[in-house]
Amino acid sequence: MCGTCGCGSEEGGVRILAPTLNQEGHGHSHDHNHDHTHGHDHHHHNHAHGHDHHHHHDHGHHHGHTHHHETGEVTLAPNKKVIEVEQDVLHQNQMMASRNRGYFEALNIFALNLVSSPGSGKTALLERTLKDLKEALQFYVIEGDQQTANDANRIAALEVPVMQINTGKGCHLESDMVYEAVKQLNMTPDSILMIENVGNLVCPSMFDLGEQKRVVIISTTEGEDKPIKYPDMFHTSDVCVINKIDLMPHLNFDLQQLKDYALQVNPNLQFFEVSATTGQGMEAWYTWLKAQLKKS
Amino acid sequence: MHELSVAMGIVKIAETETAKAGAREVEVIELEIGTLAGVEFEALNFVWPAAVKDTVLEKAEKRIQVIEGRGQCMDCDTEFGITHFYDACPECNSNLKSILQGRELRVKALEVV
Repeated sequence: MCGTCGCGSEEGGVRILAPTLNQEGHGHSHDHNHDHTHGHDHHHHNHAHGHDHHHHHDHGHHHGHTHHHETGEVTLAPNKKVIEVEQDVLHQNQMMASRNRGYFEALNIFALNLVSSPGSGKTALLERTLKDLKEALQFYVIEGDQQTANDANRIAALEVPVMQINTGKGCHLESDMVYEAVKQLNMTPDSILMIENVGNLVCPSMFDLGEQKRVVIISTTEGEDKPIKYPDMFHTSDVCVINKIDLMPHLNFDLQQLKDYALQVNPNLQFFEVSATTGQGMEAWYTWLKAQLKKS
Repeated sequence: MHELSVAMGIVKIAETETAKAGAREVEVIELEIGTLAGVEFEALNFVWPAAVKDTVLEKAEKRIQVIEGRGQCMDCDTEFGITHFYDACPECNSNLKSILQGRELRVKALEVV
């Protein structure tokens, strides 16, 4: 069993899907049978790939008794060896993320990783943004959920190119999944790629996808203390979008307190206060998006 | 439960290194994990048996070296221990700090036979 994507079990495996709403439905479902196998192959190939880069543990160590300096392994007993590995556990993910990032930079694609707890309005924010800006800018979307293509269908309804990643049992996206999805998007240069992560305020924080900016979304219906309850996510994000601002009059929610907590965790966070439903505050978010694309 | 992903990542590294060394299995695995790495030690211990089953790590003793978080204030240069990302500088109360250590998540060494 693979804990990340559950490959080995058909049920829990990662699947990259085209939206089922897509007008060219038939062609697409064919494609993704292929890609499924393909994706798995890749996953495993990459392991071998990654290890080529760890030359440093081939150096000698002064550790024990008999030394084999050529191999860097120290023999303790006739058949016992110590291997000095010194390897980052997430190294594989980092490498693939760098590869994605290089691809995005070469095409001048501004990639965002949208993270939040379930129900904060990530998809609603995305829908509103696409609706209002899709004439002005070229967008692509990758949707991450454990199951269903529902979110991809919501995006496909707006006629924006989208791929759905179902992580199965996985609680977060990883960079190799994004790599597989990106390959199928055939993006044109000077575009914006929105990657909507699995709704989860914990696990996605550890996994770089190759994005230029990480955007954490929190809604006014959540507690002000979320940033200090889930500091890792706020610490690794660049932008914090506070959604459902239109509900403030009905809630006992202290906006300043939320910001203060978030800034304690990450003094560099940039805030946007919006309502994806009413459109309040969205203009500032749009201005920022456009400026980023120009910069990148 | 990203600890399962982390455990699987550790298994992958151990499998490859063991095969490279022409060894059969791992007797001891040494890990370095920082307190700010985002890994819950209890959760890692919980998923460990399932992750290492039928791998070179199945019988391995797992030794974790915990690395305490340390940061340096960017305003007054004070070095201090960090338990949470939101800990402020004890001298000047600034929240601007660089993380010196505590984010490690590494396989340090393997003892193989």
